[in-house]
Amino acid sequence: MKYLKRIKISYLALFIILLVLAFLWLVPVIWMLSTAFRPEEESIGIVFHWLPQKFTLENFKGLFEDTSDVQIMRWALNSTFIAVVHTVLKLTIDSLAAFAFARLTFRFKETIFWFLMSTMMIPGVINLIPVYILVDKFHWIDTPWAMIIPGLGGVFGVFLLRQFFEGLPTELDEAARIDGAGLFRIYIKIIMPLAKPALTALAIFTFMGNWNDFLWPLIVTNDASQRTLPAGLSIFQGEYMIYKGKLMAGAAFSAILPLVFFLFGQKYFVKGITLGGVKE
Amino acid sequence: MKNGKTKLKVKNEWRAYLFILPLLFFFVLFLVVPTIQSIFISFLDWDFLTKPKFVGLDNFKNLFTPGTFDSSQFWLSFLNTLIFVLCTVPPIVLLSLIFALMLDKKIPGRNVFRGIFYLPAVLSVSCVALMWVWMFDNDFGILNIYIQKFGLAKVNWLTDMPQAWISLTIVTVWWCVGGNMVLFLAGLADIPVTLYESTRIDGANSFQQFIYITIPCLKRTLLYVLVMTNLAQFNVYGQPAMITGGGPGESTQVLMMYIRNVAFSQFRMGASTAMSLIMGLFLIGFSVLQFKALKPKA
Repeated sequence: MKYLKRIKISYLALFIILLVLAFLWLVPVIWMLSTAFRPEEESIGIVFHWLPQKFTLENFKGLFEDTSDVQIMRWALNSTFIAVVHTVLKLTIDSLAAFAFARLTFRFKETIFWFLMSTMMIPGVINLIPVYILVDKFHWIDTPWAMIIPGLGGVFGVFLLRQFFEGLPTELDEAARIDGAGLFRIYIKIIMPLAKPALTALAIFTFMGNWNDFLWPLIVTNDASQRTLPAGLSIFQGEYMIYKGKLMAGAAFSAILPLVFFLFGQKYFVKGITLGGVKE
Repeated sequence: MKNGKTKLKVKNEWRAYLFILPLLFFFVLFLVVPTIQSIFISFLDWDFLTKPKFVGLDNFKNLFTPGTFDSSQFWLSFLNTLIFVLCTVPPIVLLSLIFALMLDKKIPGRNVFRGIFYLPAVLSVSCVALMWVWMFDNDFGILNIYIQKFGLAKVNWLTDMPQAWISLTIVTVWWCVGGNMVLFLAGLADIPVTLYESTRIDGANSFQQFIYITIPCLKRTLLYVLVMTNLAQFNVYGQPAMITGGGPGESTQVLMMYIRNVAFSQFRMGASTAMSLIMGLFLIGFSVLQFKALKPKA
């Protein structure tokens, strides 16, 4: 009984510590939202309030009034288009390759695979300028392709999917082969449906990585209308430095899509993170 | 894992190559070729418009000759980046481990807590930067409002040193702890409960269990988190670029900022590529060292 009581008290203490920490963690988010939903005078007023005293949507309406430099809606569309196309292409390419590496036999398979994997060691910074030069040669500067295509060369997804594909029972392929199914049919009809959890995890991981990318879109776009949302926000910041409400409305707007993904795909996020690294 | 399993025997093995062909195409074009090219470009004096001039190792010599403008700026940025890594990595690793240990227990609402701590990790660096610039605002930022309520003097979060480093550290810790916490939680969940039960019978207390079971079992996760966090923070760009602008002066100008500046504002492709190569080689060496030093035996 005494032992149980001690556990309960220590759990209560822990719970209270967590409550305080969670509140602290949320302060920047609360502060952003309350600034975004109140009139500017309140944000720079003398009296301090946690929550808006007068609720307003003016700051968000202001986001739609694009100037030639600030085109938030356009940026959001750019970001979404780029991230969707990139993710679809990446998953197709990676799953095809992972299928071959996990389920087929061919010459130099292991050599090719380990050569691919060894390049994960190469820091991205080394390729920054050469890839820029290449993208410029293809006339992709200021087009979505600059942000869609170069990332397709990465090998992380193949590594992740191969591990998952190898865990699927081989009897399935053999039965299908005996029934006369071709390799591509096996890939599309048997492996892909079974691999849905891994594919979803990789899709979210790829989408978010591409959507949140900051430095690369800054480098490959000069035309403000071609920016992605995260990269565009740096123009936005310069333009509206003194309009706190509008800045926070922009920040909140840019957080909507990641948050929706987060709320609906939380377990896949976790899977994506953990599958990639530690698990053997 | 793959032992004992029969792979499909494919008669025409060229068909298998069709499956890896798209990947190989993009891999060679955007990874292998650029990596090799970077070495050639680093030997050039090239403004991206006129014909490149071969200058041998001059770009590297320049960086290792004390007194040149490039060498002073490059090594200053290098040092700043190291300061940033030193400021951010220990609190990130430590806090994410502590959070994971707290949330590994069956606390009511632990999924909500996990969600809250993880939330910043899904946001883009520019969203995070906008939020925090407003938090750090001199006159109307919530931090200075509360500091003044306690009767203390306002803090110039972004324009004084070392406050600027402290601010950047706070932002980065807030942004990065959640992702690593998830890794630690996964590591903790993999430790067999029986290990704890059997040592409990032998009379071990929770502290001993932590030292002799939890820490050794987490070693692999710890190594991974450490290497990845070091790499990520060494590549820092967005926080100083948007929050301090590299200031005050150039005191928070990091490597990626200087390399971007040399390449895409000054258009000195050769010099900037040489800098990228030095940074990249340093990162490879640094990661290998960490693995060598910390890899669990057997």
